[in-house]
Amino acid sequence: MGWPLRLALGILPFVAVVGWYSYGSYQGHAENPKYKILPNLSQFREGLKQIFQERKHLRDGKEVKYTWFAVDTIASLKRIGMALGITIGISVALGLFMGAFTIVDAFSSPLVRTMGKIPPMALLPLIFVLLGAMEDTTKVAIMVIGTLPVLTQDVYLKVQEVPRESIQKAFTLGASTLEVTVRVILAQAWPRILDSVRLMLGPLWALLIVSESIAATQGLGYRIYLQQRQINMNVIIPYVLWITILAIAMDQAIKLWIRWRHPWALER
Amino acid sequence: MSRVLEIKSVVKRYWNPRSKRWEVILDRISFDVEAGEFIALVGPSGSGKTRLLNLVGGFESQNEGEVLIEGQRIGGPDRNRGIVTQQYSLFPNLTVLDNVAFGLDLEEFTLLNRWTRFLRYREARKGHRKRAMEYLEQVRLDTHAHKHPHQLSGGMRQRVAIAQALIMKPKVLMMDEPFGALDPEAREELQAAMIQTHEKERNTIVFVTHDLEEAAYLATRVLVLMPDKAALARGEGGHARIARDVRTPDRPRKDRRDDPEYWKLVKTIRTTLSA
Repeated sequence: MGWPLRLALGILPFVAVVGWYSYGSYQGHAENPKYKILPNLSQFREGLKQIFQERKHLRDGKEVKYTWFAVDTIASLKRIGMALGITIGISVALGLFMGAFTIVDAFSSPLVRTMGKIPPMALLPLIFVLLGAMEDTTKVAIMVIGTLPVLTQDVYLKVQEVPRESIQKAFTLGASTLEVTVRVILAQAWPRILDSVRLMLGPLWALLIVSESIAATQGLGYRIYLQQRQINMNVIIPYVLWITILAIAMDQAIKLWIRWRHPWALER
Repeated sequence: MSRVLEIKSVVKRYWNPRSKRWEVILDRISFDVEAGEFIALVGPSGSGKTRLLNLVGGFESQNEGEVLIEGQRIGGPDRNRGIVTQQYSLFPNLTVLDNVAFGLDLEEFTLLNRWTRFLRYREARKGHRKRAMEYLEQVRLDTHAHKHPHQLSGGMRQRVAIAQALIMKPKVLMMDEPFGALDPEAREELQAAMIQTHEKERNTIVFVTHDLEEAAYLATRVLVLMPDKAALARGEGGHARIARDVRTPDRPRKDRRDDPEYWKLVKTIRTTLSA
């Protein structure tokens, strides 16, 4: 299949969605000029104005200017960044040692597997009781609890895929157990672990949005839930598109990083 | 000549979960290897050649008997025994040069003190790469030093793997069907390189192969490992033993294939294997 046809076929579903939306919006507005479910362009313009409107509030006696777009994006990115960092840090360390050492595997695997089966949202009351309704901590905890067991198990599997011959070779070259674990196993598994992180971004964003719907004062998810009460789809849809762009950008950034720093991993 | 490797009445059993019984793979294997000998280990599939190599490497331990390197019992794998396998011999994440220098880096600096003694490490690293480059020149791959293994052909990769093992000057170099996955041309080229290296450096080599002609061509001594067919039929495991221990014709290896003695030896090994 040539690339023009491939491109055309790829674009077609988007054109179909836009077409369906335009038709639905037109029909809705024909029946009711204040129809809000599928906003038209002028309603979107109004929504975007609200999103980027400069607002003021008092902090420590000083007037601080802000826009919804900036505060919500920064709050959400901060939370997702913290959750990603904590999840990667713990799951790589745990999965690596579980995959490399039988004793750690025997000790940790049952717990990690069991944790992986618990829906994180079912733990929400417990998290709130334990951590309170703190702005960031609770939300980061929900995201970490939701993704950590799955990523740990994934790291464990990636570690086990490192060829035994490679490990034996390192020992015969004088490597210690720690050096084999870090310089051979982790080094070879790392690009594949990053691939797993890419897959993890979807659930991570979902958990962020859900967690921001509870006891938050800012964040992309908070704004969506707040606007949902007034059916302000002209604010919600741009936010959803912005979240999609951020998610794609993060995914592509990791993909490019793998291509740039670990090109050998793409050839295996 | 001094004795480098001693295998004394080694027995290796394994638990067969299907038959739910212990099966004997290697049954009282004994042989010695002198310094500078090139031993070829041949035998049918499943005769325990690789298992025996794993015992020498310290990757597995025997149930009975002893494996000694220069009179010392083997505890686990270490830098005294280098290995070249058919696949995955190189670290895919490192360049060719870094692969060859990998062992040298480890020899002097641990994971931690390469950071605590960073300046010394950086200086030493330069020296390691210089030495690695000399070995790459020997295997005629110096122009590929900055490539990654996936950018090389199978034959080139194996040449790098040999340089990577030899640079550590191991007491025994173990080679597990290193040329098994190569095309005939690359295989012949590597055989010639192997002979040249062995004649120059006189390394002690244990070489596992399926190819009898290769064994008789490269080695100074051929050991034939044969399973006991009756024991196999009874489901008791291979009970493999050394069925033949023969010296190859004492003449330059490059001329061996013209020697009737060489062909006689190949025939003898073949007869032993088909018995």
